[in-house]
Amino acid sequence: MEALHLVYEVPGGDLTHAGEASSQVKQALRKLGYDSDTIRRVSVCMYEGEINMVIHANGGTARVEVGLDDIVITLIDHGPGIPDIDQAMQAGFTTAGDQVRDLGFGAGMGLPNMKKYSDEMTVASTVGVGTTVTMVVRIP
Amino acid sequence: MRHSVVLEYQKCRGCTTCIKNCPTEAIRVRNGKATILPNRCIDCGTCLQVCPHHAVTSVPDSFNALQNYQYTVAVPDPALYGQFHNLDDPSLVLASLLELGFDSVYESASGAELLTGYLGGRPEDPDRPVPEISSACPAVVRLIQIRFPSLLSHICPLLLPGELSAILAREKAAADTGLSPQEIGVFSIVPCSSLVTSASSPDGRIAPVLDGAFAIRDVYKALLPAMTRLAGRPLPQLSLAGRAGVGWAFSGGESYAHRAQRYVAVDGIENVIQMLEGIEDGRLPEADFIELRACTEGCVGGCFNVENPFIARMRLKRLMGDLPEARSVYQPGSRVDELIDSAQKPEYYPTFLLDPDRRVAMEKMRRIQALEDQLPGLRCGSCGAPSCRAFAEDVVMGRASEDDCIFKVRERMQHMAGKNDADEYLPAPFRRRRGLPKDPPPKPDSD
Repeated sequence: MEALHLVYEVPGGDLTHAGEASSQVKQALRKLGYDSDTIRRVSVCMYEGEINMVIHANGGTARVEVGLDDIVITLIDHGPGIPDIDQAMQAGFTTAGDQVRDLGFGAGMGLPNMKKYSDEMTVASTVGVGTTVTMVVRIP
Repeated sequence: MRHSVVLEYQKCRGCTTCIKNCPTEAIRVRNGKATILPNRCIDCGTCLQVCPHHAVTSVPDSFNALQNYQYTVAVPDPALYGQFHNLDDPSLVLASLLELGFDSVYESASGAELLTGYLGGRPEDPDRPVPEISSACPAVVRLIQIRFPSLLSHICPLLLPGELSAILAREKAAADTGLSPQEIGVFSIVPCSSLVTSASSPDGRIAPVLDGAFAIRDVYKALLPAMTRLAGRPLPQLSLAGRAGVGWAFSGGESYAHRAQRYVAVDGIENVIQMLEGIEDGRLPEADFIELRACTEGCVGGCFNVENPFIARMRLKRLMGDLPEARSVYQPGSRVDELIDSAQKPEYYPTFLLDPDRRVAMEKMRRIQALEDQLPGLRCGSCGAPSCRAFAEDVVMGRASEDDCIFKVRERMQHMAGKNDADEYLPAPFRRRRGLPKDPPPKPDSD
């Protein structure tokens, strides 16, 4: 069976709207009867990803493929790219400026949390071109 | 479940105000009248407060119910104390309730103090989900049950302060009078519709512990003459509660009673939804207690209050200044433990599920998406649903017809009438503004 596609545009620059796509995905998954642990894992992955795109890349696109065996989240942005992905994956590593940190963001836990809550994660990034993060959450 | 929120058919004019304000999208307008989808209603009372025609009401019990019992107990919510100007002593309200004919009083604020003691006295448990979410607002608990199943395990034990007081009051009355529990009528006096519903259909318990619930506004009218008569006379000390219990009537009061250090107190149903979304997304790592109330300012903002919530809150704070910290003392290992421990866990009610079969549900979702893409996204409400998405879902689920959308009908008219004339069939606000100066130039392929 072909996966169900959900696509969300994540607007850049405005942290107050981050989380809307996550909320929409949650509602869809609930209507489809996914278990609450899966929904929660997807929502954390989505939310962290949205925040990253808003802060670093002036927004982007979130594509969610909802299948019977897994849920694949692909976050595509055309931001500055990540020069050193291994470093970015380390807990606590952050490039956030003081202004963002003052808002309570930028603790350096975004990518590590996305990795923790997904079963598989790949990050493809080219400096100056953009970043694509793909996460797979398997259905138990 | 017997919902206390009902629509008065005669008064409803089908104006769609309620459908757009309902936080769970539980109302539709059909054949010119609003109807409530019962398995989605959480009895929060939002529709009651926004209906311009006063067609939505909540039906509390009638005082006649008192006549079915040999002995009656009133269990007033502390929000009641916020309704009166210059109240210095809760005993005046309680003594007046006795004047009205109740045989005894047992405040829900006393149950609140016992619950506070129980929750604070539990040993540390690393398996307990963090943050804990208050269980004191039945509308919030029901909201979590239908919309936030992943947070069900975070909810505190499901026993309302008023329920704990009611159980203890009945046991005390039976011991004092020798009557059987069935001969004793225990009635709560409540600030909101969700507490009326939970009196007859409680969450977390097999059987109701209350025999009915009266609205503060109804009791208020009856109380005033009695209070006027008793004012200034020496009164016995009837209150079983202090600051800790009375404070539960407004937002932040429960957190204060728990002496929570890192707590968030949220009031207003939309704010509550946002907070629950945030907790689900892992956005709130630092808080350990979340107090959530559906109404503005907490229970003082419930639809059955007489006084403005902000004024009621001010009065309660002033009253609390004269009260001791608490009057009901929790004893570990007592009956209270037994009652709280026997409360059941809240269940998930999958009211939004499209189909129990995942494949069928996904197919339905595809059809919903496809239909939603063809709809204008105006949330005009003309079809009777709160949004185009809700409408698309209603159509796919067989609750509505595509023809209920006036834009879909316009397409058909357009088809029948030739080009562009169909606009005339739409109400003026929805017509395309052809020929007006602001209009962009027509696209080459539009005609």
